[in-house]
Parts: sequence; structure tokens; C-alpha cells
Amino acid sequence: MITAGIDCGAYNTKVVLYRDGKVLARAGVRSGFDPPAAAERALEQALQQAKIGRQALTTVITTGAGRKSVPFADDNVTAVTADARAVHELAPEVKTILDIGAEEGRSIQCTEGGRVADFAMNEKCAAGAGTFVETMARTLEVPLEEMGPLSLQSEKATAMNAQCAVFAESEVVSLIHQGTQIKDICRAVHDAMADRCVAMARRSGIVPQVALIGGVGYNVGFVSSLQRELALEVLVPEHPEYVTALGAALLGADHLNS
Amino acid sequence: MKANYGYKDGSGEYYITIDSDLCTGCGSCVTACPAEVFTVVADEFSLDDEQVAIVAEAQRNKLKYACAPCKPVGERSPLPCVAACRPGAIEHSW
Amino acid sequence: MSNATQTAVQAQPQQEFWRWKEYNWHDPHLDWQAATTISCGIDVGSVSTQAVVLADGRLYAFASRRTGNNSPGSAQKALDWALEETGLTLGKIHFTVGTGYGRVNIPFADKAITEIACHARGANFIYGPSVRTLLDMGGQDCKAIRCDERGKVQNFLMNDKCAAGTGRGMEVFADLLQVPIESVGEMSFQVEVEPPPVSSTCVVFGKSEALGLLRSGWSKEKVLASYCRAMAKRVVELLARIGVEPQFAITGGISKNIGIVRRIEDELGVEALEPQGDYDPQIAGALGAALFAKALVERQRRQGATA
Repeated sequence: MITAGIDCGAYNTKVVLYRDGKVLARAGVRSGFDPPAAAERALEQALQQAKIGRQALTTVITTGAGRKSVPFADDNVTAVTADARAVHELAPEVKTILDIGAEEGRSIQCTEGGRVADFAMNEKCAAGAGTFVETMARTLEVPLEEMGPLSLQSEKATAMNAQCAVFAESEVVSLIHQGTQIKDICRAVHDAMADRCVAMARRSGIVPQVALIGGVGYNVGFVSSLQRELALEVLVPEHPEYVTALGAALLGADHLNS
Repeated sequence: MKANYGYKDGSGEYYITIDSDLCTGCGSCVTACPAEVFTVVADEFSLDDEQVAIVAEAQRNKLKYACAPCKPVGERSPLPCVAACRPGAIEHSW
Repeated sequence: MSNATQTAVQAQPQQEFWRWKEYNWHDPHLDWQAATTISCGIDVGSVSTQAVVLADGRLYAFASRRTGNNSPGSAQKALDWALEETGLTLGKIHFTVGTGYGRVNIPFADKAITEIACHARGANFIYGPSVRTLLDMGGQDCKAIRCDERGKVQNFLMNDKCAAGTGRGMEVFADLLQVPIESVGEMSFQVEVEPPPVSSTCVVFGKSEALGLLRSGWSKEKVLASYCRAMAKRVVELLARIGVEPQFAITGGISKNIGIVRRIEDELGVEALEPQGDYDPQIAGALGAALFAKALVERQRRQGATA
């Protein structure tokens, strides 16, 4: 039995194909302005990777912001449920999940059994999500993937006061003019983001082990800032961006098995 | 006068309202708040320099985060600042 | 973010859209030497600085100029410019009140007073005592103030955390659409039917949304109409916190954008006041500061007389 989980994020659409405890394929495309079409393309790519046809899929479960817009889905689940399910599968010791995507951030507190106890969200404001780092990278003229490594080279904390991505752009420009080193600004950007994410997580409660998933999980600079802010070790699973899609695929399999 | 400190952004509205006509400037909120949100200063709105509580400048644009530990998602106890204010001059919008 | 946004952003990286007119003025028919009280107000904003001088509570001179990156210097320059060709000098001024974002940085000011109080006091002078609700929309913040017939603040809020609803948010959209800021208001009315507002409050997300709309075939005018409507709605939501009581007045840079002003009036069902006489609403803060300065001098004199 093969199940497909599709995470229709605001920025990227991710697909995971799953069978009997194994991930068969992962594929991601830009969501663009037509989420159903993006879901279609991502699913096709994943099927090609796995070298199987569409008819081999037993069920397709969608999740994420655009989960209700995919006509060929069999069912949909919220990202919070999908996150908790997948993280429990990957690392059952995790009690607190931070899922920071491009346009949304979530924190989830899980029970022993991997069920959702509480969750809090940062949404509809770019300051609380991955877009913040991306906007600052563009202002700094640093490729997004270099933000993390550069940030790790910094040994100095620099304050960033702006709580809005648009105003933070001006603040970054003035930091550059004041001669602040780029690596220190990168760290300041990640520290500011981590500060907001931890405050969000405090609402739902922080209990170790903490895991970070979502696209921001690839950013080693953010992970380091987050660990410093939490004063805790943070676990980042492999392929953090695909964890939510995996959760949807797992929930699909659970449902068929029950 | 009602002074609304805070902001509204895409995620919601986060204002702390202090009624300066009720506030006595006693400073109970300053000691009660674990996040150093409040401070007592000479009232900038009157020429008489009476003492009044305000939301500290540094906290005004991050109240959502500063107040987060006192506002858990689940069961909420009364907010320490609101509980400490005897004249009832403090209100939260969220 | 798509390549289209990047190109649009990079094409005009640092263009300044909220250019204020710089000017000075004094009343040649007023003799400052005959005045008992000469008071001064300086409003150092993040974008512009105004200096206002009153002779016995009557507007005598003022100047408005860009703040630049040296705020103490710009306060001095604005005052010097206001006093140009008047024969009046700083030493002859009895009291100076500083206000605005740079108020604590004015070396020659006798006292600093928050801009909220000064705006209310100044608007009371400019629009008359019937004004109750003030909306000041600047380049980087938005203030809503309720005041009484004496210009005393009863309720206020200020938002300088989020770029939505400020001049800066409008600037981002003008940049994205490559439209000069002065044309935004007019262009936003060149639509057959008013489109629904852009749904994202956040400027960054609104920008992506606008790109999607353009791609789906919307004209620039339609996107502008949609954003102006969204901004008006947002401001009206802010005003709801303090309550709108007529008379109502709008000041600040955005008061010059009819695309926003008309839509705010439409949402509120209330028309904004026109200023009395020839006063530029932009000097409201500095004017209020100068009025406070006058009151402070008079009080000092009274206290001196009774002591």
C-alpha cells in the first residue's frame, strides 16, 4: 500500500510517497499562484522518482495552507496534526515541535503518545516566518543559503529593533552603513527570528526534547540562534521541509490500516 | 486619558490600554510584570508632571512576545499586571 | 519571492517617494518686538523637521525641511530657516518645546513633550475647537488621537511596529508597480468597479499577492485601488479602537494621497475637515509644541508673580 502526503505550503508544495515504513520519494515545487497545479506537478515528479504510476497510490492526503484546494485529494489534515504524527514516527522522544515555514510558524506541544496537546501560531506577519530571513538576505545581497554559514562565523550579538520585515530592511541598511560586518548582521537576523519563535513556543509550552522542522530547519545559523535562545539542544530531522508531508502520508496509512 | 500602547499587524491586535485618569503611578504593575513591560514616569501629557505608568518604549512593538509567557494557550490565570493594579487602569486587547 | 519582484525592487532600490516640500514662511505684518511672549516648537520627525514660532500665540514664522541623518543639527537648521530675515534670534525666544521622534535630541529645547499631545494641540489650532478625532499618517507610523475642545488628548494609539498602514507600505507598492507616488491616488480611481481589498495585511505578503493579481491580468490601476482600499480598511480598524467622533481630520504625508483619504471617508461615512486659513497640517506637531511653550512661559510668570 502506497500513500501520498502533499503539503501545500504558501511558498513550496512538497510531496512524500510512503510504503510500509519507508519513504519512496520526495519532491518539491514552488506553489506559485496556482496551488492545485503545483500539487499536480509535485506529485508527478515524486511518482517518476519512485518509478510508479498514479494508479499505484492507495490514497492521497493533503495538508498545509492550501490543503482544501486540491481536487484529486482523498482527504486532508491540518499541518499541526501532520507535524505531530511525523515527528513522533521519526523521534518519539520529542515533546515540543517548532515548524517554521516561509509564511507561517507553529509550535506544538505533544503528549507521550505523539498527540497534540497545545499549539500556537505565528501567521500573516512576515516577521515571524522564513520570509523574514529571505527578505533580509536580499537586502544584504547574500544568497539565502549563505546566511546560515555566515551567521555561524559571527562572535558578536547585534541588536535588531524592528519587528516588521519592511522596517527591518531599513535597519539592515543602516547597520551596513555603520560598518557592521555582514556576518554579524546575519546573526542579528537569526537571533531576532529565534527570539520571536521562542516567545511563540512559550505560549504552548517548551518541554525538551525540542525539534525544528520546516524549510528554516536547513538554515544552520537559525538553528544555532534558536539553541542559544532556548538554552537547549534542538533536533533537526533529515529533510525538515518534508516532515509535514510525511505526516500526511503516515496519517493516510494509519487510516487505511485501522 | 486612555493611552493605547502596542500595535496591530497581520497576526492580530496587541494593545495594552492604561487609563491615566485611574492610574495613581503606584508602580505595582512594574513589580508584578515578569517581562519589564511597565515603567512609571512623569506624565508627558500634562504639564503637572504627575507620576503615571506607561508601557516601556522598548516593549511597545513586541507586546505579543513580551506578554506571551503570561498568556498560555490553555488555562489562564489572571494577568499579573491586571491583578496588581488596584484602580483597574490596565486592560489588554488580546 | 519571484524574479519579477526582485527585478522591480532592484530597479529602484533607494528611491524616496515621500518627498516633503521644504519651505519657510514668516508673517511680515506681525511685529515680534511688540510681543510679550515668543514661543517656539520644534518637531523632529523621522523624515521631516518643522520649526514654528509664535508671537503672543499668533503664528509668526515656520519652516519645514528634511531631517537628514543628524537630528540635533536639523532642529537648529529648521529654526534658523524659520527666523531668516526676521531679525529674531534664539536668545529672544522665551521658551522652546521639542517634540517628535527626535525630541530628546534638541540641544536648545527647554522641554520635550510627546508628539501625540502636540499634534492634538496643534490640530485644535489649525482645524478649530470642533475637531475630535485626528488621524496622522506618516512615512513610518500611524497615530490616531481623540481630543476634547481644548485639544487635550483623551484617547490615543500609535502604530510604528508594522509597515502596513504607513507611507512606507504605500512606497513598497509604488516601487513594485513602478508608479510615482504622487500618481497613486489618481490612478487608483481609474477602475470601472472598485476591486476587493488585497487580503494580506502584511506588506511583504501583500506584495506577493499583488504579483499574483498582476499575473492573473489585473491592471496596475486595479491593484492600486485594491491596495488603497486595504490600507483604508486597516486604518479604519485602527480608528475603531479609539472611536471616531466628528469632526475628523487627517494629517501627515498620506493626507496628500486622495486614493486613501477618499476611501477612508467612504469606509467611515465621515468627511475629513479642511484646515482653517492657510495652515499646512504638516506643522501641527510643531505648532502644538509652540502652544505648550507659550503656556509654560505664562505659568512660570504667574508662579514668579505669586512667589
